[in-house]
Amino acid sequence: MGLLYQIFIDPFVQMGTAPDLFVQTLWEGLVGGMLYALIALGFVLIFKASGVFNFAQGIMVVFAALTLVGLYNVGVPAFLALGLSIAVMFVLAFTVERVVLRPLVNQPDIILFMATFGITYFLIGFGEFVFGGDPKVMITDQLYLPKGTITYKALGGVVSLQKLDIAAAIIASIMVAGLAVFFSKTRIGRALRAVADSHSAALSVGISLEQIWVIVWFAAGLVALVTGIFWGARSDVSFALDVIALKALPVLILGGFTSIPGAIVGGLIIGIGEKLGEFYWGPLIGGGTDAWFAYVIALVFLLFRPQGLFGERIIERV
Amino acid sequence: MLYREAGQFKTSYASDQAVFPILQDRVGILIILVIAFIGIPVTGNDFLINAVMIPFLIFSLAAIGLNLLTGYTGLLSLGTGAFMGVGAYACYKLTTVFPDVNIIIWVIVSGFFSAAVGAVFGLPSLRIKGFYLAIATLAAQFFLEWCFIRIPWLYNYNVSAAIEVPQRELFGIIITGPRASAQTRYLIVLTIVVAMTWMASNIVHGRIGRMWMAIRDMDIAAELMGIRLLPTKLLAFAVSSFYCGVAGAMLVFLWYGGAESTVFSINESFTILFMIIIGGLGSLLGSFLGAALIYILPIILRFVPPQLGLPLHAATVEHMTFMITGALIVFFLIAEPAGLARLWQIGKQKLRVWPFPY
Repeated sequence: MGLLYQIFIDPFVQMGTAPDLFVQTLWEGLVGGMLYALIALGFVLIFKASGVFNFAQGIMVVFAALTLVGLYNVGVPAFLALGLSIAVMFVLAFTVERVVLRPLVNQPDIILFMATFGITYFLIGFGEFVFGGDPKVMITDQLYLPKGTITYKALGGVVSLQKLDIAAAIIASIMVAGLAVFFSKTRIGRALRAVADSHSAALSVGISLEQIWVIVWFAAGLVALVTGIFWGARSDVSFALDVIALKALPVLILGGFTSIPGAIVGGLIIGIGEKLGEFYWGPLIGGGTDAWFAYVIALVFLLFRPQGLFGERIIERV
Repeated sequence: MLYREAGQFKTSYASDQAVFPILQDRVGILIILVIAFIGIPVTGNDFLINAVMIPFLIFSLAAIGLNLLTGYTGLLSLGTGAFMGVGAYACYKLTTVFPDVNIIIWVIVSGFFSAAVGAVFGLPSLRIKGFYLAIATLAAQFFLEWCFIRIPWLYNYNVSAAIEVPQRELFGIIITGPRASAQTRYLIVLTIVVAMTWMASNIVHGRIGRMWMAIRDMDIAAELMGIRLLPTKLLAFAVSSFYCGVAGAMLVFLWYGGAESTVFSINESFTILFMIIIGGLGSLLGSFLGAALIYILPIILRFVPPQLGLPLHAATVEHMTFMITGALIVFFLIAEPAGLARLWQIGKQKLRVWPFPY
């Protein structure tokens, strides 16, 4: 009885008696979830267009952030460094297409998945080789990102919001809106959706697969750069972040592998769920639950709706 | 010229279906076994045995375990590291609670604990497959890793939260703990690995292996043919986890001598997945080749620059190793997506018809 009370009643009583803490936790979950959603977005972009499950997305986030900080640290002005990082992401997209994807076209999914492991290893080695393995500090001031907190009294307590998080939310929304317009209105966007539907049909109407792949990897690289900037601003920039990048996988399960809105909603659900779960229910079983909470949510979810919230229904033909 | 089956007639079904139908293969495997059992312990130095051969064999066994699941049954798993951890922690608990029972028995028995846990986490495999299943097994990985940290009972409430291998003997010879010699541990590992590889070979060539492969090739067709999916898939999870569990127990008890939960992290799972994909999915030989490439290659790379007289910093060598490993993974995938085992098969075929091309 006591245990049932602790599980089902007590957390909600706590939420009711201290609504400011609840709102604060909710906000932190929301911000964390947004970052997961951004990584998942990169996954979805590439998966939609090329059917490649890009394991390297998490590392691309770190690599992009590391390039930006590394260039700034050798004396390149901040905004030039930003431009150069974008250029580096383009070169990366181009090289990946040329060296990895093109020779492996028509291979089974698992082989392409494995190849992105190879890319992951290479990027870790290359990034540390060029910029050093020590954790670095993100250049938030130089990029004119706001800092400090907004604190206001509400709900009988104090709620404080980081200005940086608000900026991140705004920029992420603009980026997602931009991508949505790009996908639905432009010529390239339409070609991209055609490729996602069927490679061979797209080829037969004259769409260049190679070009589309470079574009989509570049788009994923840009998303990675933005994610990297905001993630790096919250903690240091180092390859230790890559385990957190795995959190994007349950987000994909929740949202569906091919859905951009799914990635965002899934990210927010996972982020909020894991923060609330850890804050209110975590202490019952010893804390540290956020290491696996997201995966267990995904696992339970999979049993009931394998295609995700917004994913296309998986139809198997014999 | 030497490798040719001309003149070797098969007069019974048994000889036709043998695992090594050609005499040269049988001689070759015998030579390898003789070198492994006698040559290496007698001539090898401590570094070769302790830092190369023991871990290579242990990782090969784990790779075989994962290959049974992923290569033969077609179920992708990223929980290998955690299943190895279950084996290691089970072995630790068993040998500290019942110290009088021989440690080798506990190493094997701990595999059953791992098998049980694996079967539980294999339950979703009936409904989901592919990458979705991989992510479901990630839940196993992170949840079990959390258990290794947060349940102090598993490591006997040690302050360091680590498991320490106690000293155990077999026929008066010390086989585990810091005072056991490398040769002894190597021979035990080798014996277990050879025995379990032989078992795996029998499983995959028999009825169970064929059921697994039928499910891998198309599960709906397999079901129509009368193979019950759930028991067969769960059996694959259990057997695979058994192998991983024994490998994990050996990893701690016969190699590291002590371990924390970080040993069984997600990276371990990925490393073993690398091994089987590079080595060849659905091939026991591939498990060994993949383990050799992924594990031994970085060791060799670490020794090349000093040999060439390049004064490189240790950290630089580390980064270079990462880069080269990544590049080689991509290179091998492009050269032969079916893995090293396939390259070996092609090579054998070429040898058989040499000097003619066909």
